[in-house]
Amino acid sequence: MKVLVVDDEKDMKTLFEQRFRKEIQKQEMNFVFAFSGEEALRYLKDHVHEAVLILSDINMPGMSGLELLKHIKQDFTPPPPVVMMITAYGDDENYQQCIQGGADDFLTKPLDFNLLKQKLKTIM
Amino acid sequence: MFLEILLSFLLLLRMRKTLRTFHPNPKWDKYILYAIIGVGVLFSLDTLVHADEFAKWFWHIVLLAIVAVFFIRDELITDRLIINAVLPLILISLVGDILEATPIKIFKTLSQYMDYAYPVAITWMIALLVRSKKQQKVLLEERQKREEDLKEYRMMTERKAELERLVTERTSELVSQKEELEQAINDLKSTQAQLVQREKMASLGELTAGIAHEIQNPLNFVNNFSEVSVELTDELQHEINSLLVNEPDKIHLSAVIKDIRSNQEKINYHGKRADSIVKGMLLHSRKSSGQKEQTDINMLADEYIQLSYHGLRAKDKSFNATLDKHYDETLDKINVVPQDMGRVFLNLFTNSFYSVTEKKQQKEEAKEPYEPIVSVYTKKLVDTTEIRIKDNGMGMSREILDKIFQPFFTTKPTGQGTGLGLSISYDIVTKIHGGQMTVNTEEGEFAEFVLLLPAIN
Repeated sequence: MKVLVVDDEKDMKTLFEQRFRKEIQKQEMNFVFAFSGEEALRYLKDHVHEAVLILSDINMPGMSGLELLKHIKQDFTPPPPVVMMITAYGDDENYQQCIQGGADDFLTKPLDFNLLKQKLKTIM
Repeated sequence: MFLEILLSFLLLLRMRKTLRTFHPNPKWDKYILYAIIGVGVLFSLDTLVHADEFAKWFWHIVLLAIVAVFFIRDELITDRLIINAVLPLILISLVGDILEATPIKIFKTLSQYMDYAYPVAITWMIALLVRSKKQQKVLLEERQKREEDLKEYRMMTERKAELERLVTERTSELVSQKEELEQAINDLKSTQAQLVQREKMASLGELTAGIAHEIQNPLNFVNNFSEVSVELTDELQHEINSLLVNEPDKIHLSAVIKDIRSNQEKINYHGKRADSIVKGMLLHSRKSSGQKEQTDINMLADEYIQLSYHGLRAKDKSFNATLDKHYDETLDKINVVPQDMGRVFLNLFTNSFYSVTEKKQQKEEAKEPYEPIVSVYTKKLVDTTEIRIKDNGMGMSREILDKIFQPFFTTKPTGQGTGLGLSISYDIVTKIHGGQMTVNTEEGEFAEFVLLLPAIN
């Protein structure tokens, strides 16, 4: 299963590649990166038959994470890919919006990689 | 004799007129009227009885008496000229009658010559009466003028009194208006100060929230990269251990890796500190997402005083304080966001415990007795619920008191407080719950936070 990380911050790619270097080398995990909602949507449409888990930031220029979530849950049925939302502000308002939008899980920045790894393993 | 009767009659009439004009006196007016009537009656009787000899002397006496009255009474001083006019005539008549009545012959002869004196006396009388008339006229004019002056003076006095009354009234109105204006100015100044404070707080809140949003993302990377770097140094250490490197080099490399790891841990530790500050700052811009619900304030306050107390006890076993609770059992449940109000209680209780702990340390150093007490009071008021949180700790100075609700203001040492607790609490109480938050304090003695929450939201 591929994990599509959607974040406008390019350093997120470096961070994931460093943190999961071993898992990537051993091909236990496979990450792809998109730096906007639009790019993520294009990737998903181009890889309809791939099992993809999406980790998306909320606040992004252009298509926001919540809009991306809405598209994913509407356009990719059945069943839509699993989406975990990531936000820099772990407040209730964001959490409620994500859950109402159909998000499967919710994480806050700075990321707790041990927790993330555990969640990813469970889903995979 | 007829002359005496006529003069008596005329002089009495004159006396009455003078008194009526200048010195009105009903009693005297009545007596004079009786005298005039008496003169008339006696004259009538005299014409009937013909007691000429007796009557002649009687009328002389009456006339002299009347003249005497004019001289005696000061009220009749204005008529003296008239008396002076008629007096020679009266005296000539009297002297003539006396001379005639004497048995001496030469006096009788002299009395016949007295008849020649009458024209002189009458001429004198007419001249003086004319003069008197003129004087009377002048006097009357003067009197009228004086009356007019008096009237004018009275009018002036009345006008002056009226003006003084108006001035007093106006002054009183002006004083009252001045006091009202002063009060209004004071109110305006106070409102302005409050508005400035609110505006300052609001703009500070917006500013901090804006800064926080901008800082949050890079800070997340600092924290995550430092964490990953720690793991990477562990990996590196592991790799070096498995490599065939000579021992001194291995020791040197391990020491360097250890330092790098330690540095990354420090970066991560301080990054987390900054993260908690930024998260606190963000609370300023965030609307409460919690729902208001009917909450038992006594229970909520008790829950958080215990939480705060035991939280501090867990960190520091030597920490101790007396919890003094006074809950109003008649308190109704009120509509609040329990999580938000819990945060307020937690901030206030933690501050109180911090303050009593500081004071305890000071007192211990000075070897003075001290019992740290943190009190909580709840009270049901008419439309509000009052919560007071008091401690007998360090208290606050006036300068500190002015700033305590400003974001980032803290008296705690660096790293121990973000300075956001009270400003967030203030926002929660005033903005989210429409309540009030005030402080009573005495430096070195106590601090008391008073929360007033509307009973109906």
